[in-house]
Amino acid sequence: MVMEIVCPAGTPAALRAAVKAGAHTVYCGFADETNARNFPGLNFDRAEMREGVAFAHAHGSKVLVAINTYPRAGSEALWHRAVADAETAGADAVILADPGLLAYAARHHPGLRRHLSVQAAAANADIINFYAQAFGVKRVVLPRVLSVPEIAAINAETEVETEVFVFGGLCVMAEGRCSLSSYATGRSPNMNGVCSPASHVEYHEDQGVLDAKLGGYTIHRVGRDDPAPYPTLCKGCFTAGEKTNHLFEDPVSLNAEQLIPQLQKAGVTALKIEGRQRSRSYVAEVVKNFRAAVDAVDAGRPLPTGMLARLSEGQATTTGAYKKTWR
Amino acid sequence: MDLTVGPNAFFWTAEQQTELYAALETAPVDRVVLGEWVCSKRLPFYQDQIPHWISGLMEAGKQISLTSLALITLKRERKATAELLEMGVEVEVNDLTALAYIPAETPFSVGPLINVYNEGTLIWLAERGAKRICLPPELPLDSVRTLCKVAKDHGVIIEMWGHGRIPLAISGRCYHARLHGRTKDNCQFACEADPDGLDVQTLEGTPFLTMNGVQTLSDTYACAAHQLPLLREAGVGALRLSPQSVGFVDLCQSYRQLIDGKLTPDALTRTLQGIVPAQRLSDGFLTGQRGVDWSGSTSHI
Repeated sequence: MVMEIVCPAGTPAALRAAVKAGAHTVYCGFADETNARNFPGLNFDRAEMREGVAFAHAHGSKVLVAINTYPRAGSEALWHRAVADAETAGADAVILADPGLLAYAARHHPGLRRHLSVQAAAANADIINFYAQAFGVKRVVLPRVLSVPEIAAINAETEVETEVFVFGGLCVMAEGRCSLSSYATGRSPNMNGVCSPASHVEYHEDQGVLDAKLGGYTIHRVGRDDPAPYPTLCKGCFTAGEKTNHLFEDPVSLNAEQLIPQLQKAGVTALKIEGRQRSRSYVAEVVKNFRAAVDAVDAGRPLPTGMLARLSEGQATTTGAYKKTWR
Repeated sequence: MDLTVGPNAFFWTAEQQTELYAALETAPVDRVVLGEWVCSKRLPFYQDQIPHWISGLMEAGKQISLTSLALITLKRERKATAELLEMGVEVEVNDLTALAYIPAETPFSVGPLINVYNEGTLIWLAERGAKRICLPPELPLDSVRTLCKVAKDHGVIIEMWGHGRIPLAISGRCYHARLHGRTKDNCQFACEADPDGLDVQTLEGTPFLTMNGVQTLSDTYACAAHQLPLLREAGVGALRLSPQSVGFVDLCQSYRQLIDGKLTPDALTRTLQGIVPAQRLSDGFLTGQRGVDWSGSTSHI
């Protein structure tokens, strides 16, 4: 069976572009703090969601709605409404992380398929099976801390479908379990749907040196004419011991395109592309490439190579934890 | 209000830990959580001592919990987690995986690394058998207030991170190993040289984070002294103190005096900074704009 390409859409235009480019599935979120890409100008209002789902379905594609932040105490109704509205819009599934919200969806919307978000960081077969038993979860998006053999081992022990990230931004910390951003800026992925937010970024140039700061902390320093990566905390430059370097991760993004055959052998159902904040032309280009790759693998042809490097953040890519040496 | 000693986050020798738990037998704390919550590779170095620490502390009248690891991926880690219950003491869940091995309605506690952000999750855990929940350090006071009300209705005690470097992230990658040009599997226990973690500074030389193998903590030591009246009013039942290598028992005594009204928050912070002179403090997650902020008069930056 051809592996499913799960593609991001931050706007209705990106959704249409992704569907036309051959995405089997598109994921998106409502324009509020219920989703983990709560950026200005992004995401869908209720009418756009209904129209987006109708468009995707008319073209044979599915739509998943990410409601994957952790509901704020006292304001759970906002998240509950998002689940109800996703069902009304005709979504094929919701992507949830919070156990309380999963329990709510299972109880009040039993007919709505539930996927476990990467923000839940379910990293072994026992917890995945537990989520399946407790909340009827049908698919899990695996955290980016696992190697390909570990993914294969998980698939051997569970009936739950697995979806893995293959392209785009790379969290090096277990997802949904990182407070670095709120420690430095007060805004966090779990609570606000943002990480290292642009509102807290400053650049300072002095004598030909460009400093990038996040929350007042200088975490990148380059020559004036060098490319300056976005100051994401876990990919910043720090000093520890005698060393000054990218101590957690280099400013790289994930590209596991070459591992598609191995991921298929490992029993993975779906390949996920990160980037709801990306433009529709980027989304279309990435989808076309990945669709061509999974079709090639399915037909027993060799993979096309090097197609996506220029689309990657900072031009540098990694296969991340999929190769064990990353750890 | 109770005092809980959280699990030691760092790689200490069996002797260092034996010393800590022996000293805690007579310290004014009510509850001790022990075991390994950061890296399963450390466990073989002291695992056989855990039953001795438990029996000593229990004889001294302390409540005991055994923590799960914070991130469970490997087969041997799953097995070790499943076997926690066999020790005969309450398990503190710090990766939800542990719940998969705890039979329904067996009482357990929930540690600060479980995402309990709202009423729905709290109630789900309570119905599953949670008797005590240490909320995530990231939570603002408004959320703490709301959750305390719900917890009371469900017979759950709420605990808050009271003192110690704040666990901010957990990863599959070992940063100590990476710093030494090694991988996690061949780490050669690079973290053992840093009993309170390794300082991580920004490019301006500002202390910022602390490296601890696969875990990343804050540079600052959280200190909830100034929020104590608010936490008490909210219904928080316990403060958690996270072990540090210097003066920890004195620190426990100071917090007990604070709770008993015998020490002011400013006096407590002066005491803390007397124990470790360079210790920078924070309480921003509770009442500040950002986690690193500090509301006390004793400046730290």
